[in-house]
Amino acid sequence: MSSELPKITVAGENSVIVYFSERPCTRTSSLIASTAEQLDIALASKIIDLVPSYTSLLVVYDVTKIDYLTIEKAIYAVVSTSSDKPLTIGKSIELPVYYSLETGPDLQRLADHTKLSIDDVISIHQQTEYTVYAMGFAPGFAYLGETDEKIAMPRLATPRAEVPKGAIGIADRQTAIYPAESPGGWNLIGQCPTAMFKPNQKPSTLVEVGDKVRFKAISRDEFIQLGGIANSAVGKA
Amino acid sequence: MTGLKVINPGMYTLIQDSGRQGFHNIGITTGGPFDSYSFGWANKLCNNLESAACLEILVGGLVLKSTIATQIAITGADVTIKINNQSVDGWCTHNISAGDQISIGYATAGCRSYLAVAGGIQCPLIFGSASTVKREKLGGLHKNGQALAQGDLLPCNASQENTTRTVAERYRPQFDNDIAEIRVILGYQHNQFEPDQLNHFFDNDYTISQQSDRMGYRLEGSAIEFSHNNMISEGICLGAIQITTDGQPIILLCDRQTIGGYPKLGSVFSPDIAKLAQLMPGRKIRFKTIDLKQAQNLLQQSAQSII
Repeated sequence: MSSELPKITVAGENSVIVYFSERPCTRTSSLIASTAEQLDIALASKIIDLVPSYTSLLVVYDVTKIDYLTIEKAIYAVVSTSSDKPLTIGKSIELPVYYSLETGPDLQRLADHTKLSIDDVISIHQQTEYTVYAMGFAPGFAYLGETDEKIAMPRLATPRAEVPKGAIGIADRQTAIYPAESPGGWNLIGQCPTAMFKPNQKPSTLVEVGDKVRFKAISRDEFIQLGGIANSAVGKA
Repeated sequence: MTGLKVINPGMYTLIQDSGRQGFHNIGITTGGPFDSYSFGWANKLCNNLESAACLEILVGGLVLKSTIATQIAITGADVTIKINNQSVDGWCTHNISAGDQISIGYATAGCRSYLAVAGGIQCPLIFGSASTVKREKLGGLHKNGQALAQGDLLPCNASQENTTRTVAERYRPQFDNDIAEIRVILGYQHNQFEPDQLNHFFDNDYTISQQSDRMGYRLEGSAIEFSHNNMISEGICLGAIQITTDGQPIILLCDRQTIGGYPKLGSVFSPDIAKLAQLMPGRKIRFKTIDLKQAQNLLQQSAQSII
């Protein structure tokens, strides 16, 4: 990739993708979030969708209102001003997690793989303040990074057919909460009782790209008090 | 409540309007009609807003009974249409009385039909749309992503309108068994492919695999030998063509995931996505490039010509 960043590349007949950096980092993430916000203001009616991710922002526009050359110019104008602004976008939240063998069927495997004790895995997972780098895979699914490399582990060779709602997983140096029951290949270490996606509420997701997330261990009793359902389908392969 | 009662849902029938826009940032895909051309005509025939909710009927087998006087139109695949056992034509408006039964037979060419009703199906909206996306459990009659089921009542308002309309022959798609030509706008990581890898992609025919649906069409053909670097996941637009690790292309469609990490060499020109919607697994396609400027000019022209 060229060293001149940000760089705008054609994606499709009505889409361009803006690359901000080679590697994800919290600064890039804030820059992407603030660029998305400013584009939304500057070009509101001409933009159909914005898809922020780790190092890029996909801009889907209405070709009946703006063409490629005009949007490219407009995006460069926004990008060149947003990089000078202080980046204060994003909120911080703390999420409760019931870490256990009951809710984390891969805890033992992850401990074996990383040559740590289960308690160490749980404690290291809580020590990082994670950034929401991207949302996708499913509504409300937030990709959080990066975990301490000590607890990194590749995805399962065969994904589970069913991962319960609220399950906390690790895949390489990413961690995430499954917002709804779905298939999934991440290593499960616990379960969060807080709903990440409520389709009938506004906002419907608890977090968005650029936000910060910390995890805090809770007991089984607290988990159930907060509405968590233990002994659920966790672990079904 | 009044409307169209589902006597038989057919193979797989979905409620689709123009789709969900503006929610990709929280992981919600667009959904919407796979063949947006036929969908657009169905609504025009009923004098509806172009975004009105219709039925997308895969293959056929649908039977409905109306509780109201209204108008309907069916476009898309070649199917036999019967109103109270009388055969009627597709691509035109029909006046319906309360008690009429509407049956859609199995497609003989093409595979997706669209049924519009005057005023549109009055479906509850979720994230601004009634479009059914099974994977996300969003949209449809019960807002949970389910396809039509026997006994469902599709809410519709009665209509006094009785002017009928017909789509001129020259605007109707022609279905044949030839290899379909699909136009591609080069983009995304296409510069990372060697010229001979790109030539390979454009010179070979690909077969639509059995593992193809509204989320994506998996293709089978001569593999593109391309060494995959670890790519960082990024936003996926409609029609994006990703090359998997085994060298086969996947075209990402209406119900696609919003982000992904396979290299992409460009995206299908949207009028050809409507063409893909009518091709069943086993059919062959061939890609050719279209220049971005030309693609945008064509889209702007067609937007002006369709009122």
